[in-house]
Amino acid sequence: MEPDNKQEKSGGSAIIDRARGEIKELTEDLKKPQETQLWKSVFRVKHERTDPRTRALGVLSNVFLHLHPARINRDAVRYSFTWGMGGITFYLFLVLTFTGVLLMFYYHPTKIQAFRDILFLEHDVPFGKLLRNMHRWAAHLMIITVWLHMFRVVLTGSYKKPREFNWCVGVILLVFTLLLSFTGYLLPDDQLGFWAVTVGTNMARATPLLGHEGPFGVELGMTAFNDVRFALLGGSIVDANALLRAYIWHCIAIPLIVSVFLGVHFWRVRKDGGISGPAPVMLESEIKPVRSLR
Amino acid sequence: MDWAQLWEIVSLPDNIPIVALVVLVPFYTWYGLRQARATDRLIGELEASPELAKTHHRKIHPFKPGWARELQVWPYLLRVEFLAAVVVTLVLMVWSITLDAPLEEPANPNHTMNPSKAPWYFVGLQEMLVYFDPWFAGVVLPTLIIVGLMVFPYIDTNPLGIGYYTIRQRAVALWGYGVGFFLWLVLIFIGTFVRGPGWMWFWPGQTWDHTRVIYEVNRNLSDIVGITNPWLAAIVGIIAVGVFYAGTGWGIHKLVTRTPLDRKIFERTNLLQYLTFQFFAITILVALPAKMLLRLLFRIQYVLVTPWFNI
Repeated sequence: MEPDNKQEKSGGSAIIDRARGEIKELTEDLKKPQETQLWKSVFRVKHERTDPRTRALGVLSNVFLHLHPARINRDAVRYSFTWGMGGITFYLFLVLTFTGVLLMFYYHPTKIQAFRDILFLEHDVPFGKLLRNMHRWAAHLMIITVWLHMFRVVLTGSYKKPREFNWCVGVILLVFTLLLSFTGYLLPDDQLGFWAVTVGTNMARATPLLGHEGPFGVELGMTAFNDVRFALLGGSIVDANALLRAYIWHCIAIPLIVSVFLGVHFWRVRKDGGISGPAPVMLESEIKPVRSLR
Repeated sequence: MDWAQLWEIVSLPDNIPIVALVVLVPFYTWYGLRQARATDRLIGELEASPELAKTHHRKIHPFKPGWARELQVWPYLLRVEFLAAVVVTLVLMVWSITLDAPLEEPANPNHTMNPSKAPWYFVGLQEMLVYFDPWFAGVVLPTLIIVGLMVFPYIDTNPLGIGYYTIRQRAVALWGYGVGFFLWLVLIFIGTFVRGPGWMWFWPGQTWDHTRVIYEVNRNLSDIVGITNPWLAAIVGIIAVGVFYAGTGWGIHKLVTRTPLDRKIFERTNLLQYLTFQFFAITILVALPAKMLLRLLFRIQYVLVTPWFNI
C-alpha cells in the first residue's frame, strides 16, 4: 500500500475504517470473553486451568466461597459422614430470606390489613401462594435440618474440644431458629397463629420473678402491665402491638442477630480446623494422662 | 378405629414435618449407627493387634498409600454442595406446589380454638404443661434444656471419639443425648397425635369427642399419704424429691462407671463437671419422664407442694 493513497482518503472514510477495525476487535473479544478487561476485572482466576494452585485460588479469591478452605480431608466430602445438614440449613436460611423479602412487599403488619394481605397474596399476587408455601415449608424444613445437624454433631463427637464454644453458638442459633419460626406464626393474623401465640406468651406470665403469675412475681411488684409478657406483646393482650413486635422481631431483629451468630459459627468452624473428621480413630490405650490441677 | 380422624391429624399440612421426622430420624439414626458399628469393629481389630494399629490409616473409609490425603474444595466439595442445593430446592418446590400453608379464619379473641395447639416444634413444651405448672414447664424447663445443651461439651470429659462415629467409646454421651432427643420427639408426638379437644388423651384412631368429660381427680403426693398440714406436706415433698434425686443419682453413677473406660473417664471429671452432669441427667432425662408417668398412671398432680410454688 502506498502512503499517498491513505492520505488521499477523506476524513470520513478513515473513521469508518477505524470503527470497522474496532468492531472486528470487539467480535474477536466476544469469542474469547475471558480475555477482556471487563471479565478480568471481575474474575481473577481462570477456571479452565485445573492445576491445584488455580483451583485453590478460585476458592480463596471468591468472597462467597472463601468460607471454605482450599483443600479438605478426602473423606470429608462423603455425604455419609456430614449428612450435609449444616449446609442445607444455611441454604434454607438464604431461601427464607429471599422469599421473606418478597413477602414483605405484600404485607402490612396492622390488624386491619394483615389477614387481607394474606388473602390477596394467595388469590391475586402472581405465584403468591407458591411464595407463601415455600416460606412456610422451608421454615419447617429448617427446624428439622437443624435438629439433624445437631444429632450428627453429637454422633461424631464434633462438639468436643476444641469446638465446645462453637457448639454453644450452635445452640443459640437453634433457639433463634425456633424463635424465628414462632414469631412468623402470628403474622398471618389468623386463628392458628393468634391462639398459638396466646398459649405461648401466656407461659411468660408464669416466669419466676418476672411474671405476674409466676413464683415470687407479685412479691416483686409484677402486674399484667409491667411484667415480661407485657414486654413481649407490647400490651396485656395479643393485639396490634404484638403483631408489630412479632413482625419486627421476625423480619429485622432476629435475622440480624442470626446473621451475626452464623458468621461466628462458620468462622469458628474454620478456625477450629475445619469440620471434625472423619478423623483417624484413637484407642483407649492411647489416652494421655490428664494434667492434674491438684 | 376411626381412620378418618387419624388421617385428619396426619394429613394436616402443618403436621407433615412430624410425619417426615418419623421417617428421617430413624433413617439417620440407622445411617449414623451403621458407621459407628463399622468403626467399632475397626477399633476392636486395632486394639487386638498393636502392630496393625501402627500401620493402619485408622478410618473405615478405603485408603491406599499414594492417594492424596486432601482434596481440592473446587470441584470436589462445591459440586456436592451445589447438588444438595438443587435437591433441596426441588423438594421444596414439589412440597410447596402440592401442599398449601394453612390459613384459618381471621384472629378472633372471642372464639377459642379447641384444641389450640402450639406450632409442632413447641408442642413438646405444651405437652409438658400437663405435668408441671406453667412457670416450670414453660420457663424453667426450656431454660434448663438450653443450658443443658450448652454445658454438654464441657461435662463430656471423654477424650476419645472426636470426629468419627462410635458407640463403644462414647456410650454414656450418646445414650444421654439420645434419650433426651427421643423424649423431646415423644412429647411432640403425644402433643400432636394423642391430644384432642380439651387437651384430653385420645389414642391415635380414637374419635375426637368435643363433649367428652373425664371425671379424673388428680391428687398430690401428700394427699395420698394422708397429710393435711401444709408445712408437713412441704417437708414430705422435699424429702420425696430429695430421695428421688439421691436414688436416681446413685443409679446414674452405677451406669456411668460400669466399664473400665467409663471409670477412666470418670476419673478425668472434676466435681463441678460431675455434679452438673448429674443435675441435668436427673432433672431432664429421668425426673421429667418420671413425673409424666406419675401423672398418667397414678393421677399425681404435685409431688412437692409449698405455699409459693408446686412441682
